[in-house]
Amino acid sequence: MEITMTVNGTQYTRDVEPRMLLIHFIRDELELTGSHWGCDTSNCGACVVWLDGTPVKSCTALAAMAGGREVRTVEGLQRGGELDPVQQGFIACHGLQCGFCTSGMMMTARWLLDHTPDPSDAEIREAISGQICRCTGYENIVRSVRWAAEHDGRQAGSGPEAAA
Amino acid sequence: MTAVGEETTPMGYGSMRRKEDARFIRGRGTYIDDVRLPGMLYGAVLRSPYAHARILSVDVSAAEAHPKVRAVITGEMLRRRGLAWMPTLSGDRQAVLATDKVRFQGQEVAFVVADDRYAARDALELIDVEYEPLPVVMDARHALDDDAPLIRDDVDGQASNHIFDWETGDAARTEEVFARADVTIAEDLLYPRVHPAPLETCGAVADFDEISGKLTMWSTSQAPHAHRLMYAMASGIPENKIRVLSPDIGGGFGNKVPIYPGYLCAIVGSMLSGRPVKWVEDRSENLMSTSFARDYHMHGEIAASRDGTIQAVRVHVLADHGAFNGAAQPSKFPAGFFGVFTGSYDLAAAYCHVRGVYTNKAPGGVAYSCSFRITEAVYLVERMVDMLALELGQDPAELRLKNLLRPDQFPYTCATGWVYDSGDYARTLRLAMDQAGYAGLRREQAARRERGELMGIGVSFFTEAVGAGPRNHMDILGLGMADGAELRVHPSGTAVLRISVQTQGQGHETTFAQIVAEELGISPDDVEVVHGDTDQTPFGLGTYGSRSTPVSGAATAVAARRVRDKARIVASAMLEVAPDDLEWEKGRWSVRGDPDQGVTMAEIALAAHSSLELPQGVEGHLDASCVYNPPNLTYPCGAYICVVDVDPGTGKVSVRRFVAVDDCGVRINPMIVEGQIHGGLADGVGMALMEALTFDAEGNCLGGSFMDYLLPTAVECPSWELSETVTPSPHHPIGAKGVGESATVGSPPAVVNAVMDALKPFGVRHADMPLTPAQVWCAIQGRPLRTDLVLP
Repeated sequence: MEITMTVNGTQYTRDVEPRMLLIHFIRDELELTGSHWGCDTSNCGACVVWLDGTPVKSCTALAAMAGGREVRTVEGLQRGGELDPVQQGFIACHGLQCGFCTSGMMMTARWLLDHTPDPSDAEIREAISGQICRCTGYENIVRSVRWAAEHDGRQAGSGPEAAA
Repeated sequence: MTAVGEETTPMGYGSMRRKEDARFIRGRGTYIDDVRLPGMLYGAVLRSPYAHARILSVDVSAAEAHPKVRAVITGEMLRRRGLAWMPTLSGDRQAVLATDKVRFQGQEVAFVVADDRYAARDALELIDVEYEPLPVVMDARHALDDDAPLIRDDVDGQASNHIFDWETGDAARTEEVFARADVTIAEDLLYPRVHPAPLETCGAVADFDEISGKLTMWSTSQAPHAHRLMYAMASGIPENKIRVLSPDIGGGFGNKVPIYPGYLCAIVGSMLSGRPVKWVEDRSENLMSTSFARDYHMHGEIAASRDGTIQAVRVHVLADHGAFNGAAQPSKFPAGFFGVFTGSYDLAAAYCHVRGVYTNKAPGGVAYSCSFRITEAVYLVERMVDMLALELGQDPAELRLKNLLRPDQFPYTCATGWVYDSGDYARTLRLAMDQAGYAGLRREQAARRERGELMGIGVSFFTEAVGAGPRNHMDILGLGMADGAELRVHPSGTAVLRISVQTQGQGHETTFAQIVAEELGISPDDVEVVHGDTDQTPFGLGTYGSRSTPVSGAATAVAARRVRDKARIVASAMLEVAPDDLEWEKGRWSVRGDPDQGVTMAEIALAAHSSLELPQGVEGHLDASCVYNPPNLTYPCGAYICVVDVDPGTGKVSVRRFVAVDDCGVRINPMIVEGQIHGGLADGVGMALMEALTFDAEGNCLGGSFMDYLLPTAVECPSWELSETVTPSPHHPIGAKGVGESATVGSPPAVVNAVMDALKPFGVRHADMPLTPAQVWCAIQGRPLRTDLVLP
């Protein structure tokens, strides 16, 4: 079937099987490999992308469900050559080690900060509790998100209104 | 830890931002499933639904007829080519695709190569396998019963499910000490089968070129050079015709040390189809078929005097190795480094006996950040010490302080012969107690107990033995465990370092550049680290057992010092003075007594490549290499204190605080060290409270997805409270000790000790991990569960 969706501001049309998962559409058809597949059962969150502005686990969504809608992936976090504060925070606070969960964590973090600009540590932990990191023990992910909260708004183009 | 600003890049050791992060935070890493070659096909594995069954027939005709299928491989096809079995890292063999029987649920039976990943999966459904189910051995405790079904009837002369017996220590002397002791305690402890479960599963892209006969193998490998040899052994392709590439690895933790049947099937698939073949396992395949860890049934005993002097420890272990002995460890150590179960104490005697058996479970046995089974050893001794404290009515921290090795005892040869290099154990534990506010916590606990609240405080102290290892007695498949490093300084003064070890998130691209920077006085930003490509890097055994810094880090430092020595000779030619008249200040050789007369590394590097006349016998250019053979292991240690609250109504455990003081010697990049400790602590909480690969009586794996195999998330983990002591390793070139697994080793007993401490009012002495709400609730009722099997 033919599916058209907008990903990071660019419209794509592909002819794919109706059963194709959104994560495979993004990774295999569009070659945007920053979103990862990790578990198949919606437990790990390595595949989190935004669908019409809301984080979803793209391993359990069909590509067809995203037809006509807007997807944002980690490749769309950066704006005008400038890293999103969330990306900067993950570097500054060592929020990643192997990097496999990082894209999903950052997509959730960006969404959290867009809706709760000054979250408590407990709110950050709750927000990422549907995602698994095997390397960091979460401590530095929490610090990274807090760093981003403290640095958000100091630069243009990080809010939801800037979504492509 | 505070955030690391860009301006803080040190000219050597110190916290600095990681070089590798730039690609990862942009989604531009290259993990195995991101590798995409022209014309690439996709493979999928058909797996056994039975834990033990005879294969009567395999019909692949319908699958072969699928329009998108390019090849279907069966065990019988491999057998005809002599490829049906592959060597394991323990000198056993493992079926690539089953020919005669399947021996665990999830075992590989057939392999399909198709145009896309969906078609490959579809075709699996078209393969018709007829099985005759056989009785299973799921309970290791009955593996050697007279009437136990024989699992390994493929091995000539194998009459039972016995694999090995191994012992260490002095049995007679230990018995003497036990016979005289005031107090002895015995307990059965299970360290359940767990899984490393890296977030990225295992996979490969095999690309065989039939014209050159060369195999290019992209794979999730923690040990690319060892994998190259194993592929050569298993496939018959000469080692020089194999290039193993490890791209970015999405976590390993030991899971990516062995080779797996899927890798070899991808190779055969590429040979048959003439195209590159990608195979990436799904999560269930990863949990059900690849290397597990632990599965140790331990009977521990401890002997002490009435005043609390620990005198001896004895342990008998029944080790469940699954259907093939695939444990990855130095060959002379079939129980890994379990022999350091003597822990951190000065014992008069110690003895252990380990018996390994086959069962109808997945093969493996050493993985999950365990430092070759020191995880099990530390759990054993630290639980026994806590039980001793309970028996004697002494505080568990004070009991440890009384018995810890003293600084003046190092180097210390323990009762089983391991030579501990250095430590100041009491200082480390006291720091943890101070940081936790230990006395205050005990007062709070007493007050809460008055109110019927269940608060527990758990202490553990661990000593690890990491950095395998001295090549005269440590090898894997006959390969001594020395690793190489090659350093080349370019004419402009920047450098490239090639190393044998393989990061899976540890940050080698940063820390190894920092080692060179520290030694040469150039910026880490000017040092490129090359790894993960056997055609470009020196030989070595890879990253596991916390060995990268102890072995390859040492090789790097020594190579850099050799470059520095050569730079001195070049500098002497440049300055027209004798080398002995030069002195080193970071980044510069200058004339002794005349510091203005000097040359920088960049100037020296250019001169080394120039027409400058060098002394007789000195070659141009500026490079050096080293193969580092460690004289001993390094012995990091740490003191952990965990505070838990237990809900008496539900049995739910909440980890309120966790204080960790680690001593891993010199820290190259403290930010990265702390990050590794954080991760290991989460692992420990997971194993203590949530994780177990459990089976039913028929051999069905009950932990085959992340819905069933539970891992800790951000809400189960507290905010870790870290501190450090620094006792450099006296024999390591930079005094570093290795830290990647310390927290995984040390934290499970701290958590379990805390929960048992919370349950003290109920008279509970021990309950096995994982301490799920059900397990805790049952323990409160006085009948803790068996956590490895669900029996009818």
